Amino acid sequence: MKIMVTVKQVPDTSGRVAVNEDGTLNRASMQTIINPDDLNAVEEALSLKDKYGCKVVAFTMGPMQAEPMLRELLAMGVDETVLISAREFGGSDTYATSQIIAAAIDTYGIDDDDIIIAGRQAIDGDTAQVGPQIAEKLHLPQVTYAGEVKKDGNVLTVKRMLEDGYMTVKVSTPCMITCIKELNDPRYMSFRGTIECWEKPLTIMDYNALKDHELIDATTIGLKGSPTNIYKSFAPPVKEPGMILEGSGKETTDQLAHILTGKHII
Amino acid sequence: MAYNSADIAAFKNVWVFCEQRQGKMMPTTFELISEGRKLADELGVELCGILLGDDVDGIAAELGGYGADRVYVYNSPLLKNYTTDAYTKVIVDAVEEFKPEIMIYGASHIGRDLAPRCAARLHTGLCADCTHLDVDLNGYVEFLRTGSNVDVDNTNFETKMFDVNTNLKMTRPAFGGHLMATIVCPRFRPAMATVRPGVMKRRPFDEEGVKKVEIVHPDFELTEADVQTEVVEVVKAAKKLVDLIGAEYIVSVGRGIAKDVEGGIALAEELADVLGGVVGASRAVVDAGWMTADHQVGQTGKTVHPKVYIALGISGAIQHKAGMQESEYIIAVNKDENAPMFEIANYGIVGDLFKVVPLLIQSIKDAKAEA
Repeated sequence: MKIMVTVKQVPDTSGRVAVNEDGTLNRASMQTIINPDDLNAVEEALSLKDKYGCKVVAFTMGPMQAEPMLRELLAMGVDETVLISAREFGGSDTYATSQIIAAAIDTYGIDDDDIIIAGRQAIDGDTAQVGPQIAEKLHLPQVTYAGEVKKDGNVLTVKRMLEDGYMTVKVSTPCMITCIKELNDPRYMSFRGTIECWEKPLTIMDYNALKDHELIDATTIGLKGSPTNIYKSFAPPVKEPGMILEGSGKETTDQLAHILTGKHII
Repeated sequence: MAYNSADIAAFKNVWVFCEQRQGKMMPTTFELISEGRKLADELGVELCGILLGDDVDGIAAELGGYGADRVYVYNSPLLKNYTTDAYTKVIVDAVEEFKPEIMIYGASHIGRDLAPRCAARLHTGLCADCTHLDVDLNGYVEFLRTGSNVDVDNTNFETKMFDVNTNLKMTRPAFGGHLMATIVCPRFRPAMATVRPGVMKRRPFDEEGVKKVEIVHPDFELTEADVQTEVVEVVKAAKKLVDLIGAEYIVSVGRGIAKDVEGGIALAEELADVLGGVVGASRAVVDAGWMTADHQVGQTGKTVHPKVYIALGISGAIQHKAGMQESEYIIAVNKDENAPMFEIANYGIVGDLFKVVPLLIQSIKDAKAEA
């Protein structure tokens, strides 16, 4: 039994985001972080490891600069990391990305009692598509929006959150779970972990490592293999400033109430 | 002949996935049918709904009232509760049989589970959580004129890559709402999108459409062996959830209520009552556990466009603004005159919400009595 986690390094969109004049993102000026939902996926894997003593392997696709992030994961307790990195993979949309990550996971090997865990979505694109699409490409069942996961042998019972409640779903391994932040509270790196992380394996899977896999084809990976393309990107409009009323006493609230009734807004 | 998603000429018509839960149509479906009607008209094709469930014929005809020409209904006990496997199989088989050129789903927890799976199996593109859709280029340019920083009169919209007048242009926020991107799927069909609930406007209901809509029951195959997961139970939240999306007036609270959480929420509720509205909250308030997640407005909460949105003690992070900036009128009350919320507010009062709101409630009561 092992747990495979998919992780993405993302720009920190909660801080100040710099936009270039042409409407693209100024990535150079931004901090990168581990995608928040993915930390919940890692935590879930590590707590299963605490209980069952299984191995945890984290997969990420991105540039070689993702290495420090992978060391952080190793310091948290992940046993092994795989960095999927090649020029041929660049510009991939969710479809193409899923093909590549699925090929990497399949190349690593999936056993009958394995679980794949992904974060619900990444904060740079907010698509929530890559998890389900990896599962589809691997022909595995999926349960998304997991708010609670219980394991009994090879059967997982998952509380799948809905907008108006939840459903309880049973699924057998091997399977894909995508998790939401309510699932758990991610742990920090341990002191020992920060030393041990340098000894743990960090494998690179490049184009040559994956090119013979049936999912990897020039027509289904990278920019050329992506079914979707960006047509335009732009910043939202800057709204005209409104009116700040003077003062904050009863005259001011009266003035506002009269404007609102006068204009039939209320 | 084998199904080929790249054979673009073989695909026609606009489809909407009509999500139901426990036999009741999700309100977003009516928004999607309304938007689908616009897209079908721009292409000069038919608008079809695809409805999966167990004995759901009774809720199909209403879709005609919002513009559907035809509804494909698939009934089976195996479709009673949503499962990824059963729904994906039936939809993928239907798409391969009828070949729609566009297919849209609500970006609900179900739509966002189902659509990526279908797109991956059908080998086509999918754009997540869209807030604007266009086929017609002129409509898109007019949208950008007011909805972006693009100088549309000095921009070249033509491209050699694809026909800009017939391809679906799918616009969505990215990077937490800091950027907008318009995505196309030029080489494969159907072009698929999930659409954010609450964003598309519902058309006026037309009784004639209900009479005219054609209900079709195609043959299909689905067995227990197709479904790898088992739904043990479906539980509705015990508490009645707040209907932010349908509300005309929303009074939202932010971190500014911290010094007296209960008092702050009570003031917001009273103001909402006077206006006949409901109470919303910023992410900070929900994360702190002061209010439940169904109240949350913003990028990770709900997108709302009420007639009036009153922000009490909400600084106005871009993620919050992404969920409410399309409100018709925005009113901000905040102690900090530099709060970003004032940048998008139509009217603002700089002051302590605990002092201002009781006065505002009285002023509104007085003004309403006079009017």
